[in-house]
Amino acid sequence: MTERLAPALLGILVLLGWEVGLRIFAVPPWILPGPAAIAEALVADWPLLFRSLLATLRVALLALALAVAAGVLLAVIFAQSRWLERALFPYAVILQVTPIVAIAPLILIWVDSVTVALLICAWIVAFFPILSNTVLGLNSADPNLRDLFRLHGATRWQTLRLLRLPSALPFFLAGLRVAGGLALIGAVVAEFVAGAGGAGSGLAFRILEAGYQLRIPRMFAALALISVAGILIFAALGWVQRRALRRWGTSEE
Amino acid sequence: MTLLRLSGIGHRFPNGVSALEGVSLDVARGELLCLLGASGCGKSTLLRIAAGLITPTEGQVEWPEGRPREIGFVFQDPTLMPWARALDNAALPLRLAGMARAEREARAESALAALGLRDFERALPRELSGGMRMRVSIARALVTEPDLLLMDEPFAALDEVARMRLNDEILALKQARGVSVLFVTHSLLESAYLADRLVVLAPRPGRVSAELRFDAAPRGPGFRATSGFAARLAEATAALEAAS
Repeated sequence: MTERLAPALLGILVLLGWEVGLRIFAVPPWILPGPAAIAEALVADWPLLFRSLLATLRVALLALALAVAAGVLLAVIFAQSRWLERALFPYAVILQVTPIVAIAPLILIWVDSVTVALLICAWIVAFFPILSNTVLGLNSADPNLRDLFRLHGATRWQTLRLLRLPSALPFFLAGLRVAGGLALIGAVVAEFVAGAGGAGSGLAFRILEAGYQLRIPRMFAALALISVAGILIFAALGWVQRRALRRWGTSEE
Repeated sequence: MTLLRLSGIGHRFPNGVSALEGVSLDVARGELLCLLGASGCGKSTLLRIAAGLITPTEGQVEWPEGRPREIGFVFQDPTLMPWARALDNAALPLRLAGMARAEREARAESALAALGLRDFERALPRELSGGMRMRVSIARALVTEPDLLLMDEPFAALDEVARMRLNDEILALKQARGVSVLFVTHSLLESAYLADRLVVLAPRPGRVSAELRFDAAPRGPGFRATSGFAARLAEATAALEAAS
């Protein structure tokens, strides 16, 4: 029990030390605000920050959903033909290894709607782990089971639906968990590059805005919200993973 | 009454390794033919060739009475789908054949019951012991009521007691259903107990080195203590030693 509380205990100690340290050395809040000032900003600016949190989350989750749809579909297409997989996979890798910060400005030039541009950026980074894990999973089906399906004259569709897709599920879910975090990162990076203001803008813009206005506690508050959002996405997808894989009895728990 | 005839089977893998050379053998209807040989003598490859999963580079696979509608295959591992319950695993071949759910489940239930798994239809593979998993695998092979059962060292990973019990059950199922069995094993005890006929393969490349025909004997738990069994075992041992 104490072991499970250890992270929380350490966190409290660090926050306390942070606050006390700032007071002892009289660090001004525009250099480094203390946890109390950040909490104060979080409460005071909550309506604004919460709206921005929702905006960022909406982009991240929508991008994740699109990444799932496209990644799984493309993986299934790859699984039908070695040739197609060979031909297309390198391009998927190029998409993955090119830093999103470098592509984002181009996307923002080409796409009129900022929301769509943000979506595309977040989608690009979330897409690859889903694709590569699902391809791996589809090809991981037990070769003997494949032979059994062949022996009993299974159609391509039967093999896909009854053998390859279920075999791919644990791999897909592991990819989904990675992609969830990446979608958030992609959304935040794209917001930074876009730098777009207005009522509907996300947390990254709040950080930029607060920086220009030297409202450093609000910067930290927005940053904390991004972390919390990331943790929530990771935990939620972990829960989905455990529930879906109950039958497999894997050691994820 | 020859069900399956393999003539002059040779197989060379793409990497140039020759797995089998000039193997000819017949499987008669209702017979249990054991293929005995050391590891790496091409037994499994031969079984896959018989199943049509591998096309041999030489020789012919013939079915004098026509290729059976159904062939059952039991692998060395249970090879079950981990996400599916025992009933769904056993019903798989029927599902692939497009049989309606109610009928295929009824048949899978009776196949599982024949292997003593009446109360485990809803169990997942991970909830079953190794022996029970193998029983599900055998039920799956029998669910289509095949004319020929191909078994690839199915009991190699089981403990002795489970293995002996399953040996008796295979004999009983063969008796009850008149199914022909081509049974690959590297166990002398198992082959001496099960076989109506025993073909010994020599390794690298796999080829037939001896063929023993055993007298029909009523087998059962007491058979292993008889002099008839001891004679079979001695004969099989000598043949295997000569082959390697």
